[in-house]
Amino acid sequence: MRDVAVIGIGCTTFGEKWGTSFRDLFLEAGTLALEDAQLPGEQIDALYVGNMSAGRFVEQEHVGALIADYSGMASRHVPSTRVESACCSGSLAFRQAVIAVASGLEEIVVAAGVEKMTDVETSISVDALAAAADREWEGFVGATFPGLYAMIASDYMHRYALTREQLAEVAVKNHRNGALNPIAQFRSPITVETVLRSSLVADPLRLFDCSPITDGAAAVILAPLERAREFTDAPVKVMATAQASDTIALHDRRDISTLDATVAAGRRAYEMAGLTPGSIDLVEVHDCFTIAEILAIEDLGFCVKGEAGRLTEEGETALDGRIPVNTSGGLKACGHPVGATGIKQVCEVVQQLRGDAGRRQIDGAEIGMTQNVGGTGASVAVHILGRT
Amino acid sequence: MTGIITYGAYIPRYRIRLEEIARVWGDNAQDIIGGLGVREKSVPDLDEDTATIAVEAARNALTRREIDPGEIGAVYVGSESHPYAVKPTACTVGEAIRATPAMTAADYEFACKAGTAAIQTCMGLVGAGMIRYGLAIGADVAQGAPSDALEYTAAAGGAAFLIGRDDPIARIHGTVSFTTDTPDFWRREGQNYPRHGGRFTGDPGYFKHVQGAAHLMLEQAGTSPGDYDYAVFHQPNAKFPRRVAEHLGFTPEQIRPGLVVPELGNTYSGATMVGLAATLDVAKPGDRIFVTSFGSGAGSDSFDVEVTDAIEAGAFRRDAAPTVRQLLSNPIYVDYAHYAKHKGKIVMQ
Amino acid sequence: MSVPRFWRKISKRYNLEGTRCTQCGRTFYPPRTFCPDCRRSGEIVPFRFQGKGEVVTFTVIRTASDAFARQTPFVLAIIRLDEGPRVTAQVVVENVSEAHIGMRVRSVFRRIGTEGDSGVIYYGTKFVPDVPYPEG
Repeated sequence: MRDVAVIGIGCTTFGEKWGTSFRDLFLEAGTLALEDAQLPGEQIDALYVGNMSAGRFVEQEHVGALIADYSGMASRHVPSTRVESACCSGSLAFRQAVIAVASGLEEIVVAAGVEKMTDVETSISVDALAAAADREWEGFVGATFPGLYAMIASDYMHRYALTREQLAEVAVKNHRNGALNPIAQFRSPITVETVLRSSLVADPLRLFDCSPITDGAAAVILAPLERAREFTDAPVKVMATAQASDTIALHDRRDISTLDATVAAGRRAYEMAGLTPGSIDLVEVHDCFTIAEILAIEDLGFCVKGEAGRLTEEGETALDGRIPVNTSGGLKACGHPVGATGIKQVCEVVQQLRGDAGRRQIDGAEIGMTQNVGGTGASVAVHILGRT
Repeated sequence: MTGIITYGAYIPRYRIRLEEIARVWGDNAQDIIGGLGVREKSVPDLDEDTATIAVEAARNALTRREIDPGEIGAVYVGSESHPYAVKPTACTVGEAIRATPAMTAADYEFACKAGTAAIQTCMGLVGAGMIRYGLAIGADVAQGAPSDALEYTAAAGGAAFLIGRDDPIARIHGTVSFTTDTPDFWRREGQNYPRHGGRFTGDPGYFKHVQGAAHLMLEQAGTSPGDYDYAVFHQPNAKFPRRVAEHLGFTPEQIRPGLVVPELGNTYSGATMVGLAATLDVAKPGDRIFVTSFGSGAGSDSFDVEVTDAIEAGAFRRDAAPTVRQLLSNPIYVDYAHYAKHKGKIVMQ
Repeated sequence: MSVPRFWRKISKRYNLEGTRCTQCGRTFYPPRTFCPDCRRSGEIVPFRFQGKGEVVTFTVIRTASDAFARQTPFVLAIIRLDEGPRVTAQVVVENVSEAHIGMRVRSVFRRIGTEGDSGVIYYGTKFVPDVPYPEG
């Protein structure tokens, strides 16, 4: 296997993009990534696209071919593959692209993610997202996605000393970071009171504990590390790619308050990179709900179980903290176009490692990590990226 | 001789007081409560209907006595509020008690006496040796149009009786029916609520048929009211069964355990059945029970029942399932707005 | 959920019929036809659960999908059945504030949902607090 590098990144702004179609979104992100890599486009050998539910959101399947076509790659018959793993689709597209380049089978590869969620009524998008859980034995009895994560939060708060205020601090910190991110859906800071006064969605989770419904796309371009400097002065090395599975239904998990798939993927990633949690300078985690960030911090080894709330409250996960978490604003403030999220996480880490993150910049960031979750933890992908 | 092998009842926990209904429609509550002899009525939960009530009643029956559900050869559910116009409630019940697939099933409708008609059918099948056990259920989430007199009593509940020959807890010595074409109460296909003939439902309807069947039954059995320990009559309100009992020569003491309408309301196809269940809850071996139902349209089924030693023997555990009195205790009272929501009376988009 | 998909599992949903691996003795509800521990060496047989259990965790759903919108707020819980497996189900309570972790529950037969006003009715299992009936 050969080393792989990210040579270009591109990301649309995230939000309710009424004037922008599914095709427009992808094309915008792809074009930005090509420009960033200073590539005209003819060199692309393959496309991997993360997308959760175009079938439900825009009534369009076969989006791999659609994207190849509208990106001008159909005339060259470039292979294009859609990757689906619910909210983890983007990271798995990235991982497939990494494997393709590392194997030597392909040279210059695009890994992208796209989701257009606002073309349907909210109730339909909520139902489409619920398909990431077990439809027959969770969705059938009335489980919603916030409801499932709320049951994780209830279990966690029953067993560990996490306060409702500490949970709110996750959203407060992510909105603070999002306010500094030009692509973020929400760019205004909030307070703990904002979270606690927002309406209950599924006890104990309130509206401001939840990530929004978002349109957006992101793309990165990968090349063999040995050729990376043909395209960019600041290639970022993919130090580890790891993925793990768990039961589809939350009720079948070994421990409701631990995402074992995060633990497993994290361990594999650390081993592959030859690193420990102490070496990570920043991490983008899957905070679809505030409780999910609490679990991720612990399950990736940044603190022991039960401590992430205190860590957050004490500012250890803020931009100037010991381990900055979700410098982009996370899913909560930056937005969560489900299929694009995993790629956006990579874009954020690459920006940070290049020193291009503007007012969000973590000084001297050398190594960054991403953690992307599908469903309530049935799929998790973890990547470690390093400056070269 | 055929008889009752086991029985069970079910009543939803929600109640509305008649005062609350009268408040909404500007009626005089005391006049209505006094006239009907009913204080409150049961209301189904948002997720309860005739099928769920029938299943809970049937499961309560089977909790009291261990019966191989595969031996139940027939399930009949009498109701005037089947969840489907076409698709039998009885199939859902059969599946939910694991009696399927070697069984026959059908839904019955004969206004408030469809449940006792189901008992008669099961008696026939058992008596003919065609089946070992038959399950007869009467259950309703009774319908009454808003502000109609029926709304003060239309209630939710039901009871299930397993009919067979082996070691019954009560023998059914005989049954007769009295039937005519009498339009005292009806609901046309596609209509949400029944209509009725007001005072015409009394003498030409209820009293003529209940007394007609009762006289036939007493004549056939060669008995008189004094031979019975208890009597159960259809109870659309408390006044009718009291008056018909008096006319026939039954005492207030005889009908007392089975007269549940003051706290329950009229559960239509469930009414006589729940009354019989409440009587069996307190009956002792040797007690004799006279039962007469009434269904508008119109007809009455009468039964001559005698409780056996089996009601206190080991195979039958009466206290393994809740009694009607227990089902009536600990109610949750709702106001008219919540009642309307529970009954689906609010027009939604 | 489509009609065939609901129908296929009717007996499982109505009667808490799950499965058991004869090799390791583990029971499954929702039913599995393949033991995740013994894999191909396990033999799976039907196993019926008694319907008693305990709330492991729960939430109160305040915002639901269209199919459940008329039932909000309702309690959704993960329940550990006494025989071992855990299942997601609604718990019917008088007041949602009654629900708590560790609450003993028993199964009941209820309407789970409907396909609108003219479609199929989906029945199934919910749970209620397992408290004795009061003296009558």
